[in-house]
This record gives sequence, C-alpha cells and structure tokens, in this order.
Amino acid sequence: MAGVTLDTVKKVYAGNVEAVKGVSLGIDDGSFCVLVGPSGCGKSTLLRMIAGLETISGGAVKIGNRVVNEVEPSDRDIAMVFQNYALYPHMSVYDNMAYGLKNRGTPKPEIEKRVKEAARILAIEPFLDRKPRQLSGGQRQRVAMGRAIVRKPQVFLFDEPLSNLDAKLRVQMRVEIKRLQRALGVTSIYVTHDQVEAMTLSDKLVVMSGGQIEQVGTPAEVYRRPETRFVATFIGSPPMNILPGKVEGPGRVSIGDQMITVTDMKDGLTPGSAIEVGLRPEDVQAGTAGASTLTMDVDFVEELGATQLFHGKVAGAAFVVQASTGQIPADASHLALSIDPANVHLFDPQTTKRLGRI
Amino acid sequence: MEKRAFFSNKILPYALLLPQLAITVIFFYLPASQAVWQSFLLEDAFGLSSEFVGFENYRHLFAQPEYYRAMMTTVIFSSSVAILSLACSLLLATQADKQLRGGEGLKTLLIWPYAVAPVIAGVLWIFMFHPTLGTLSHPIKALGIDWNPMLNATHAMILLVLSATWKQISYNFLFFLAGLQAIPKSVIEAAAIDGSGPLRRFWTIIFPLLSPTTFFLIVVNIVYVFFDTFGIIDAVTGGGPAGRTTTLVYKVYADGRLGGDLGGSAAQSVILMIIVIALTAIQFRYVERRVQY
Amino acid sequence: MVENRRYRNILAYLVLAVGVVIVAFPVYLAILASTFDAATIINGNMPLVPGDQAAINYSRTLFVGASRTSREPVGLMMMNSFIMAMGIAVGKIFISVLSAYAVVYFRFPFRKTAFWVIFITLMLPVEVRIYPTYKIVADLGLLDTYTGLILPLIASATGTLLFRQFFMTIPDELLEASKIDGAGPFRFFKDTLIPLSITTIAALFVIQFIYGWNQYLWPLLITTKSSMQTIVIGIKKMITTQDALTEWQIAMTTAVLAMLPPVLVVVFMQRLFVKGLVETEK
Repeated sequence: MAGVTLDTVKKVYAGNVEAVKGVSLGIDDGSFCVLVGPSGCGKSTLLRMIAGLETISGGAVKIGNRVVNEVEPSDRDIAMVFQNYALYPHMSVYDNMAYGLKNRGTPKPEIEKRVKEAARILAIEPFLDRKPRQLSGGQRQRVAMGRAIVRKPQVFLFDEPLSNLDAKLRVQMRVEIKRLQRALGVTSIYVTHDQVEAMTLSDKLVVMSGGQIEQVGTPAEVYRRPETRFVATFIGSPPMNILPGKVEGPGRVSIGDQMITVTDMKDGLTPGSAIEVGLRPEDVQAGTAGASTLTMDVDFVEELGATQLFHGKVAGAAFVVQASTGQIPADASHLALSIDPANVHLFDPQTTKRLGRI
Repeated sequence: MEKRAFFSNKILPYALLLPQLAITVIFFYLPASQAVWQSFLLEDAFGLSSEFVGFENYRHLFAQPEYYRAMMTTVIFSSSVAILSLACSLLLATQADKQLRGGEGLKTLLIWPYAVAPVIAGVLWIFMFHPTLGTLSHPIKALGIDWNPMLNATHAMILLVLSATWKQISYNFLFFLAGLQAIPKSVIEAAAIDGSGPLRRFWTIIFPLLSPTTFFLIVVNIVYVFFDTFGIIDAVTGGGPAGRTTTLVYKVYADGRLGGDLGGSAAQSVILMIIVIALTAIQFRYVERRVQY
Repeated sequence: MVENRRYRNILAYLVLAVGVVIVAFPVYLAILASTFDAATIINGNMPLVPGDQAAINYSRTLFVGASRTSREPVGLMMMNSFIMAMGIAVGKIFISVLSAYAVVYFRFPFRKTAFWVIFITLMLPVEVRIYPTYKIVADLGLLDTYTGLILPLIASATGTLLFRQFFMTIPDELLEASKIDGAGPFRFFKDTLIPLSITTIAALFVIQFIYGWNQYLWPLLITTKSSMQTIVIGIKKMITTQDALTEWQIAMTTAVLAMLPPVLVVVFMQRLFVKGLVETEK
C-alpha cells in the first residue's frame, strides 16, 4: 500500500490551455480522497495524470516514495474504474478480470483464485461466463470494480464510476464502494461532480474549480466552513443563499435595511464596504427568536415530502428556506427568519474568499 | 476527430503503414504520374525514342471528331442510366419501405444483381435481345421494328442503357431504402396529422429529406457509368457499331490496345483523372454538407 | 398510418413483384439456356420451361469448356477467379487494417501526410491509369501471375477509411484500460482491436470478394495465357461476333456459374453485404 503525493502538478494542452494549474496534495495511505468540482475543473485530468494516461506537463506525481511521472500506466501499480466501465465487449466477465493478470504473467491457478475471490466479494459469481452486454448496468459496474480488485493495486482510481447508473442503483453502489474500500484498505482517489457522492464517500474532500484546488478538508469542515464562495455554493443542496450586504461594524452586517450579527467575521473590515453574506437554506429558522432577523417575501413553495422549500426574496435578492414540513404554514406570504450568528458566512465580493477569523 | 488515447512508438507505425504505402506508390502514384508525363511526350512508331511535345497530344485529341463523339456518347449514356436507374429504384424503395410482410425476402430478391459482374450483365442482355435468337427480340420484331443492336447504333445504345440500369438498380435501391428508413417516423406522422395525403407527403416531406442520398447517388452513378460499365460495353457492343457506343474509358482502352499511340492514350487518361477528381470533389462538398445536415 | 392500408399494400406488392420479375428475368433466361442444347437455342425459339440438357452442359462446361473459342475448362477459370477474389479481399483487409491502426492509434511525424497519400487513391479507379500500370506490372515480370492480378487492385483507400471510421467509434477508455492492464500495441491489436473488428472485416471481405471476382478490364490486359483466364474473361471470349462460333449453351452455363459465388455471398451474407456496401461509401 502507498499514499499519493502531488507536487505542483500541471497540465498544459497544445495552444497553452492550462487544464491543471499547479496542484499540490497529499493523500494518506489507505484513505479515501474525493476530487469534486464542475465539469472542466481539471479533476479528471488530474486523475488521468496519476494513472499515467496523460503526460504530466510540470511538477511531480509520487505513488509511495516513487516519482512515477515517466512510468507506464501498467507499471504504476494502480487500477482504474472508468465512467463507461471500458469493459472489453468481446471477453467474458472472467476474462475481463483476468486480462491484466495474464498480461503480467501471473500463473493460471493464482489468476483463478483471485478472480473467484473478487467475484465472491462483488457477488458476480453467476455471471463469470457472460459477456458484458448480457449484464445490467449495476453488474457491469461490479465487473469494472472486480477488474480493479484482482490486481491488488496500491491505489484505486475512480473516474465518475456511478454516473451511468440510475439514481437508486447509484446510492446502493456508493455504499458498496465505501464498504469495499474500508475492507480492502487501499488508497482510493475518486472523481465526481456529484456533491452527495463526494460528501458521503470521502475521508478527504478536495473541491476543485478552474484547474485549481479551492479547498481541502474533511466533508464536515468543507460544509461548515467553506473557504470560498465557490465552495459555499457548490457543496450543499439546495445551494447556499448569497445576499449582498454591507459591513456595519465588528460582528455586524446589514442586508438592505435589516441588520444581523455574525460570529465568524474578520477583524478590521472597513464599515460601509460591500460584503457577501451566505446563509444555508437549512440553517435559517422561521420565527423571530434571537437577536438577528430577516424578512422574506415568499413566491412559492416546493414540496419535498419531509421538507418544504420556500422560494422568495430577501432585500430584493433570491432566497430559499428549507423547513420541516408543517413548521411554516404553506400559504405564508411573508416570513420572519431568525438567523443564528454562528451560521453566517461572509465572503469578499472581489476575491470571493471567506472573510472569517483566522 | 482524433483519439485522446494513443501509442507513441517511434518505428512501429511506419512498419504498419509500409505494405499499403508501398503498394500505393508502386501501383498508383507511379502509373498515375507516368500517365501525366507520357501525355506530354510523342513516341515514334517503334517506341524507340520520344520527345517532349507539351500539349501537342491534347491538341491532337481535341482535334478528333471521334473524341467529341465519345464524350457525347458518355454523356448520353451516363445521364440515361442515372435517371432511369434512380427513378426505378426510388419507386421500388418507397414500396419496400412500407413494412410489408415478407419484405426482407423481397429485398433480397432485388439486391442480388449487384453481385453480377458487368460483363456477365452484358452477356445476359445481349442473349435476351440478340437479333436472331433473343427471346425478347421476337416480340419487338413483331411490332414491325427491325431490331438489331449489332448494326443499329440507337438500338445498341438502348441495350447498353438497359443492361447498365439493370445492374445498378440494386445499389441505388439499397441506398434509397436506407435513406428512407433514416427519416424519423414522427416527421411523416406529423405531416399526416397536418392533413397532407400520401403523394403530397412524398413530394413535400420525404423527397426533400432524401435529397442528400439522391445527390450522393447521382455522383456515384455517373462514376459507375464512366468506369464500371466497361465490361458491359465490351460484351454487348464492343464500342460499335462503327464506334458509336465508344465511351471515354472504352476509347482509352481501344486506342491504347490498337493504336499504340501511348501519348494520346495517356492524354485521355489524364483528362479522365481530372473528371473523376472533379466528381469526387463535388461529392466531398456534399459529404460536408451532410455533416451539417 | 391507417388510410387505405390494404389497397396501398397491394399496390406496393404489385410494384415490387414487377421489379423482382424484371430483375430476375435475364438470369432466368440464362438458367434456361443452360438446360438446352445448342440447336434449340440457335433456332431462336427457346421454350420458357427448362430442358433436359443441364447435366451435360454443366459437366462439359466445368471440365472441358467451349471447344471452339476459349478452350479451357471453366472449372479452372473459376479456380483462377477464386484465387484472385480471395487474394484481393484478404490482401486489402490485411494492408488496410494495419494502416488504419497506424493512422488512428499512433502519433508520429508525417501521420497526416501518410493518411492523405492513401486517401487520394480513393479518387482514381484502375481504369484511368490502366496502361501505365500495365507497363509497371510487365516491367516487374508479373504478367500472367496471380501477384500481378491481385496487387494493383488492392491499392485503394476504401478499406483504410472503413477501418479508420470503425476504430474512431471504439471508446478511448478501452485502450486506456488495456494500457493499465499491461497491453502494448501488439497485444491491444490482437486481443482487443481485431476481435472487435470482426464484423467490419467480414463486411469488407464480402464487398471485396465480389469486387475481385467481377474484375474484368485488368485481368483482360495482363493475362495472355489461357490457363490464367478468369471466368469473367472466359465468358467474353466465348461470345464472338461471329455467331457461328458461339456455343450459347456453354456460354450461358458459364454465365450461371460465374454469377453463382458472388450471388450466394450476397444472399447468405446479406446483412454483412449491406453493412459493407453502405459503410464503404461514407
């Protein structure tokens, strides 16, 4: 087993397009690291550079203590699960899993032992003689996983492996991947654009945008204390509300003509300067308890069953409130919202960076 | 379009290309360039010496009435075959597109002439319309027509057009059918709901949507008549009577074999090449259009 | 659609039936002629139901041939045709699958140039460069050889383009997965690319076999020995302008035999044939 270290890794395509702009990251041995971001943020390119499928334009990729920049994919001791699974359509499930071992000259009995073992773990034993096209999406997904497992690699690489599955199966496979990774204890790097997958799977969450890392942390850290406005709005569903505000003094900002207090606010901000105020829909309570309140004009309500989403405007800006069903009368046209000062996130309108303490 | 994943071996790709490139250079580029070079040379009667004469061979060629006649013959021949075979196959394809019971079998019965060699097609038709023993010559003669494709140039041309059309129908049929099946059923259903009858629907919806296929087939058919009908002509008329069914390609063959006028034959080859390149270029512009379509 | 379906279907059947009859009639006549003796055909009133000479005609054609004109058994000609057709089909598949592999799956200097050098050959059929090609084949001492019959006809771009087009539809991830699985260019070609290309190979084979079997002008020029004649050349020689020499029953039997292999290929491999035909033209 081995960890993975990235040292200012860059990818420049022909025509000077920088897809990855100097990323540094350490991934501990045995941990589950998820790279998340919108499409085109460079996460897949980064993963493919670790796999050796893209050349590395600058910096170094280390697997364990070995720099692998010039090492062939097959010699990096990694295994990869592709978005479209990339199963060999003309080979049986067994041969798909055995192919990599055969190419390495693994003895036949050993190959058979490992394939059987992987098939047992993944519950695909009945399908070993079938061709990929005779399998369902979920079964193909398992075969792709099996192909990775039999190799007993140092690192698993996942490139959006669940995005071709329907919603129900995706949840199920997500849980299985997590369980499998725990059981095998192999360092895993997982690329997705789905923030739910990212939050649930990761030990270490890496949010990327525009070829750069926006924030690295545990899922809880990233959720509770987003370092940039991008992270704040990308992680969390429905996304965080961002309202234009004004600095009034230490711990105090105004939104329109309404005033709220804030716990996590950088010292020494010039009163009167513009600031962006972030409030998660689920962090806002209806009612007037507490010191800070905001009033909201409600446009319409979305029913989600357990919860309701109230869409409307606060001080002229779009705003969403999530509340347990029945907490707020569904026909309310105005809402008073009580704001917990600890749940207010402030961002610099220019740099979009968090304006918190520390 | 390019692959994202590839190998970066240095020598292997050249080794892989070698067989094809070698054959292409030896049997394609070399002869083609020799034809061009030779078209500017004049050889003496024994082929012992040759001198550079510029465009003399071309000038000579365009001074021959026979060359213009071969051109006319080619134009008449190709346009007749193209029009006739496209019309017949479009009619057949529209009927075969109607999801009939046993449709696949009927399709098979219509496409197999593609596999018949042109020269065999010619033999079949000359046998059928042979002036003395042809099964279908008797009914024609009974109508009071002195049917003889061996002596009458018009009859000879009619026979050529019929046999070439017969052979080409299957090809056009397949492409028209594929084109028709590619038209979304919803478009036709929408037209039916808009209240247009079957015939009107054909001319206002189906035929315009089929036009890329039609255009493609026109070009292919012309190229077909230019080159692939050599065998038919050789079997049915041998270019006769009196050279009246000699097309441009047949003339290259006949002049080269009989006359030994290598320069003149080469000049004819070059002109043919230019015609084919022009036709292919037209076809590519169509292909590009189809991509946008 | 519901409107007058029955009436319109009857019309459709009628049109198609007329088409089938027109398409089949010349061939039916040839088959008929192969069942009569020479005299019955020559007098110009051949019956429209088969005669009883089929066995004699076919055995004589296959093993003796036309005694007055081409003078070789048609069985031998069919053998020559078969060798030429197979040579062209196999040769073309071989060289084009390799060149397409190089052009699609490798990056190297002059890749585009190589592609265009091959691509341009699409434009010029052998008919327009016939004499210079003849001269080169003669200079190489390949007249009256199978090599001379075959090689010049496999110099074309259709196969390369067809394979290139097919390779482009194979997902990149398959090569990437192979690379991770430790397969190099040779293994990827043998283990993945060729097995996946089987249908394309078969389709190209069908088209090229028919193309090769039906070649006329080229073999006409470069074969002088009658023992090298293909069946398509042989039949033309049987039909002479001097009617007295033409043994029509033998000629038409030969025509039937010449049509048989390619027609069988089309009928029994219709799906592959249609695929090959439609895709080589894209």
